[in-house]
Amino acid sequence: MTIGLGHYLAVGAILFTLGILGIFLNRKNIIVILMSIELILLAVNINLVAFSTFLGDIVGQVFALLVLTVAAAETAIGLAVLVVYYRNRGSIAVEDVNLMKG
Amino acid sequence: MIQAIVFLPLIGAILAGLISIFGAHARNPSGDTVEHHDDAHGADAYASAAHDDHADDHGHDDHAIEPPAAGSRAAELITTGLLFVSAGLSWVVLVDVGFMHHDARIALFPWITSGDLQVAWSLRVDTLTAVMLVVVNTISSLVHLYSIGYMDEDPYRPRFFSYLSLFTFAMLMLVTSDNLVQLFFGWEGVGLMSYLLIGFWYLKPSANAAAIKAFIVNRVGDFGFALGIFAIFALIGSTDFETIFAGAPGLTGKTIDFFGWHADALTLTCLLLFMGAMGKSAQFLLHTWLPDAMEGPTPVSALIHAATMVTAGVFMVARLSPLFELAPDAQAFVMFIGATTAIFAATIGLVQNDIKRIVAYSTCSQLGYMFVAMGAGAYSVGMFHLFTHAFFKALLFLGSGSVIYAMHHEQDIRNMGGLWRKIPYTLTVMVIGTLALTGFPLTAGYFSKDAIIESAFVSHNPFALYGFLMTVIAAGLTSFYSWRLIFKTFFGEPHDQAHYEAAHEAPLWMLIPIGILAAGSILAGLPFKELFAGNSVDEFFRESVKMHPHIIEDMENIPMWIKYLPTLMMALGWYVSYVFYIRRPYLPVDLANSQPLLYKFLLNKWYFDELYDLIFVRPTKWLGRFLWKVGDGKIIDGFGPDGVSAWVLDVTRNVVKLQTGYLYHYAFAMLIGVAGLITWFMFGLGGQ
Repeated sequence: MTIGLGHYLAVGAILFTLGILGIFLNRKNIIVILMSIELILLAVNINLVAFSTFLGDIVGQVFALLVLTVAAAETAIGLAVLVVYYRNRGSIAVEDVNLMKG
Repeated sequence: MIQAIVFLPLIGAILAGLISIFGAHARNPSGDTVEHHDDAHGADAYASAAHDDHADDHGHDDHAIEPPAAGSRAAELITTGLLFVSAGLSWVVLVDVGFMHHDARIALFPWITSGDLQVAWSLRVDTLTAVMLVVVNTISSLVHLYSIGYMDEDPYRPRFFSYLSLFTFAMLMLVTSDNLVQLFFGWEGVGLMSYLLIGFWYLKPSANAAAIKAFIVNRVGDFGFALGIFAIFALIGSTDFETIFAGAPGLTGKTIDFFGWHADALTLTCLLLFMGAMGKSAQFLLHTWLPDAMEGPTPVSALIHAATMVTAGVFMVARLSPLFELAPDAQAFVMFIGATTAIFAATIGLVQNDIKRIVAYSTCSQLGYMFVAMGAGAYSVGMFHLFTHAFFKALLFLGSGSVIYAMHHEQDIRNMGGLWRKIPYTLTVMVIGTLALTGFPLTAGYFSKDAIIESAFVSHNPFALYGFLMTVIAAGLTSFYSWRLIFKTFFGEPHDQAHYEAAHEAPLWMLIPIGILAAGSILAGLPFKELFAGNSVDEFFRESVKMHPHIIEDMENIPMWIKYLPTLMMALGWYVSYVFYIRRPYLPVDLANSQPLLYKFLLNKWYFDELYDLIFVRPTKWLGRFLWKVGDGKIIDGFGPDGVSAWVLDVTRNVVKLQTGYLYHYAFAMLIGVAGLITWFMFGLGGQ
């Protein structure tokens, strides 16, 4: 069995779905949400790289690298926010983060 | 001259009203603060009403501690003086119109011009009007004079005199009107002033209740009157009397559609108009307001509820006699109601104990007599009784007022007695009034009342016999209760020693008017008999009333026993009364005890108030409460403002619940949204 585009895309889709579910089924803590976002970005990267290879266009891989960089920076910021939040509120449990409740 | 007669009372009313307004301002400069002793009055009035169920005039006392308004005397003198000028001129007009035949129609200025409807302010003076002018202005001026004495303890005299004069003006507008709309204006004007004057002592709850009752019961009649005016306008296209009378003969046999019922046009119109007369003249079924109206000051009772306003209905029927003559069915109804009222009110008068209420029921009964004459087609005879009745009934009321004044606002005749030693002058005039009322030979009432009974006897009305019998019996009853009043008040032993000792004759202000009225009660009969109920009727009244043909001649040729019957009844009534209250005072008590049902029935005025309470007042209250609680509260408020606001709150409360604040909920909503959008793009719009 040759591994074709479909398989890469399937892996990407599975990762994406996992990331999504991770965001809203997770009740424990915000770090998991950050990780889920990373998963989603990974899924996107896999898609980009897979299409880049199969279409013979290098732009996709370049873009994937860009996304990785941005994701790293974003995660760093996210964690920083998290640390400050923990200092202020004493908890990073998702249950407790409901200040926006109407 | 006519303008002066009509508008002088208006000027007096305005001047007195201004004095009253400035007085109120001086008394109460800020305009909206209530002085504390006003409240004290209210409490006093309540207390006195509570502890003393027959003390109808007590509000009078309670004001005594307050100083009278500045300029009270000026207001009294202005209004009274102007009224006397008016009264003097009225007599001149009566001579001028009645004997010199100088009828006048004076157009003042146009009022309503709307399509076919043309209404003008104008004064019509013919004999009928001239008679009314004399009655209204004479009685009114005397009552003004009397009130100066009677109201001397009241701090609100300028207001009182302003009302009295304004009432006189409205009454004059009524009697001088040349069209139905102006008549209606005067009609409502006197109704309004009656309301204000009955409720003059407005701190007394019972006076307010009586005023409202009078106003509302009159609205029932006025509703019919207004419909009658509409019907006339619909049939003839005008409200001017001349046009109506000219067009009326052409209406015989025509029908009019009234709620799908093809009624005879003239009969229906006359019945509707008569409904107004029934309300204003307190006839059977719409009479309940008149006895309660005695809550007002006694001069008001004399002027409005005896001599003038209540006779407006009689005047209106006489004025519209050309219509009523063409509608025999309506005339039959008029006579039926008149005769019923005459006997009905007389039976109630037999057992009442309030001195003013006895006179009030007597008024009601006498108005019934007048309508019997109207029903018989003897309009001038009815007017004759109106004319004489005004004198002796005003006399009886003012005399009662003098008794009440002497007894320090005691009105229950059971607490009086033996007063002849204390107030002989009042006794004399009251006896003259009673003689005239009961029809003692050669007094005023003798001529007019006997003429009515004769006219009922000779009329061709289907109810003629009924009218005749009822009026004859009522004559006996009238004599009985009138003498009962005299005997219980002036003779026998005093029942309330304290009041008896303090009793004193009223001041000269009050004695002069009742003296003049006493003279009128005797002299108003014989000199006028030929003019009103004799061969000079046609010449005196001419076109102003349309008499039933031959009725005057027929009245001349009746059996002698008919002529003597009323006098016989009067003597009988006097004798029974004498036996009951002088010779054997235990008899009435025994009679009341042996016939408790009948006694209760009469004492409670045939239970009309209770009946109306059951039929009209309570269902109306229930309906009002239902519309308030259910109609307005539950339906309009429930689905309207309150419902919408509650619904908005409900929705927002649910929407707020969506805003959980949990991140994953927002993320989930985003996902669903994205999934939805993508699906739409793929299979909907984007899939094409």
